[in-house]
Amino acid sequence: MLDARLTKRRDAFALDVAFQATASSTTVLVGESGAGKTSVLRLLAGLDRLDEGAVTIGGEPYADAAQGLHVPSWRREIGYVAQDYALFPHLSVYENVAFGLRASGVARARIRPMVDEALGLVGIPDLADRMPLQLSGGQQQRVALARALVLSPRLLLLDEPLSSLDLQTRRLVRVELRSLLHRLPCITVYVTHSPVEALVFGDQVVVLDGGRVAQAGSRDQLLRYPRSPFVAELVGTNLFIGRAAQAPSDIAPAGTIRTPEGAIAIEDSPGPGTVYLTVSPREITLSRTPPDGSAQNVFAGAVLELIPEPPGGERVRVVLDTRPLLVAEVTREAVASLCLTEGIRVHAAFKATGVHLYA
Amino acid sequence: MLRIPPGDLVARLQDPLIVQALRLSLITSLASTVVVVAAGLPVAHLLATAEFRGKRVLEALIDLPMVLPPTVAGVALLTAFGRTCLAGQALSAAGITLPFTTLGVVVAQAFVAAPFFVGAARAGFAEVDRKYLDAAATLRSPPGYTFLRVLAPLAAPSLLAGAAMSWARALGEFGATITFAGNMPGVTQTMPLAVYLALQSDLEAAIALSVLLLVVSLTVLLSIRLTPSRLAALTARARRAPH
Repeated sequence: MLDARLTKRRDAFALDVAFQATASSTTVLVGESGAGKTSVLRLLAGLDRLDEGAVTIGGEPYADAAQGLHVPSWRREIGYVAQDYALFPHLSVYENVAFGLRASGVARARIRPMVDEALGLVGIPDLADRMPLQLSGGQQQRVALARALVLSPRLLLLDEPLSSLDLQTRRLVRVELRSLLHRLPCITVYVTHSPVEALVFGDQVVVLDGGRVAQAGSRDQLLRYPRSPFVAELVGTNLFIGRAAQAPSDIAPAGTIRTPEGAIAIEDSPGPGTVYLTVSPREITLSRTPPDGSAQNVFAGAVLELIPEPPGGERVRVVLDTRPLLVAEVTREAVASLCLTEGIRVHAAFKATGVHLYA
Repeated sequence: MLRIPPGDLVARLQDPLIVQALRLSLITSLASTVVVVAAGLPVAHLLATAEFRGKRVLEALIDLPMVLPPTVAGVALLTAFGRTCLAGQALSAAGITLPFTTLGVVVAQAFVAAPFFVGAARAGFAEVDRKYLDAAATLRSPPGYTFLRVLAPLAAPSLLAGAAMSWARALGEFGATITFAGNMPGVTQTMPLAVYLALQSDLEAAIALSVLLLVVSLTVLLSIRLTPSRLAALTARARRAPH
């Protein structure tokens, strides 16, 4: 069990993040660059000191700012794989993996079998005698992982482990890494800017935005119940935040939600307070003229961007400059028949039944 | 120099006085290099990694011997370690005398040569990417082990170059040595002192010694320029490689 409350100020940037993670689970910290992901890892690893907060692993305190406690990195039972792996360039693969064992005084006779096992675990048993310079990116990543895992860490910290790899290798390594992480008994904290990796790896996903937790939860919770525009964009859906119209006399009629962007027609009537509405991009239809029909929500705006989804695939994501920005997902044929290009004004419509509502 | 046949040069170098000076120079300069490296490593590491009060002052003090006239350095040592002075008295109570002894030669050489090593070592340490030190720390490596297995090997080209420069400077030391340690054959008369003396009595011997010193100095400088630059290029590539 990891319990982390992390506060760190540096110049204009302030980090204030708290989360917990259970053993043999993977927590993914996802966010854009500058969100504070690497800062979180460095604080957990003890490479930086906390301004406030505390880090506890399995009841053992690693840091507690209030008590001035800071266990140095080398006394923490952690594994840390940096974004660029930081393999020691003057040591062979074998010596890189053996480094932590030698440093912590493991008996000589036990080192070789442990290194061999670790290299086998990450699938590179034959590379022991190579130098890091002679390795591909994917191989370096495995060495870095083996170097951390050979020490049986209680907390494994991975900083963008796939970002230095080319696309093809990335897909391959992603599958293997996922099954490897599943088998490990340690707590894994995995940092990425990629929503796909967040959803693939995360038993728990913590979304960071500007040094704060925008939202945290299981992957299903995030996918189904995004609670901020940032998270909605991350999981690729349209989000409105508003309040239910209270009485028929209100400006907005019953069966609608008032949002800063206007009233939105819905099916069922929610309770009072803030409500969240998501509209799947696939529920949105586009037309060049205002659509007719009742109970429809219509927004007008110009096409900002056309993104093939998946790249080169059958469907196209259309980003519109409506307020809020709406994303529609339509077929390639629809794009062609509507003559959609950037700058064209269109009407985006979705039915009340297409709105997913939650408090 | 061209008037003397090479055979004569070699013959000159076999003169017992010269052999003595040569031996003494070799021993003292190597000893002072060991002293400089041993004392300079932690200082260079401190200067490269830490910020503290009085850092600028310490830097200036270390660099001082580089700009100080060596004779002034010798006078400074004499006032510090002379029999009547505090440090000198403390040492002589422990049975150690520095002025006008072989040990004094080593101290004079170390004093003058130290900045060459500290400067190079400090730059070498500063050049090593911090990510390797962080990686070592997360691999349960205590600071001392990280220094020996990661920082020092990665800074090795600079450390070697610094040690070589420091050794060459110690080998050529004249002013501080003659002021602090005197000019006694077999005890404190190193090569440069012997050259100076020979100049007044035996020009050819002086030239022979000078040629030898010239060759040694040039060899040191060339090997620093050639070998570590290739080493440095290799490690620089290693530093860039993971990106």
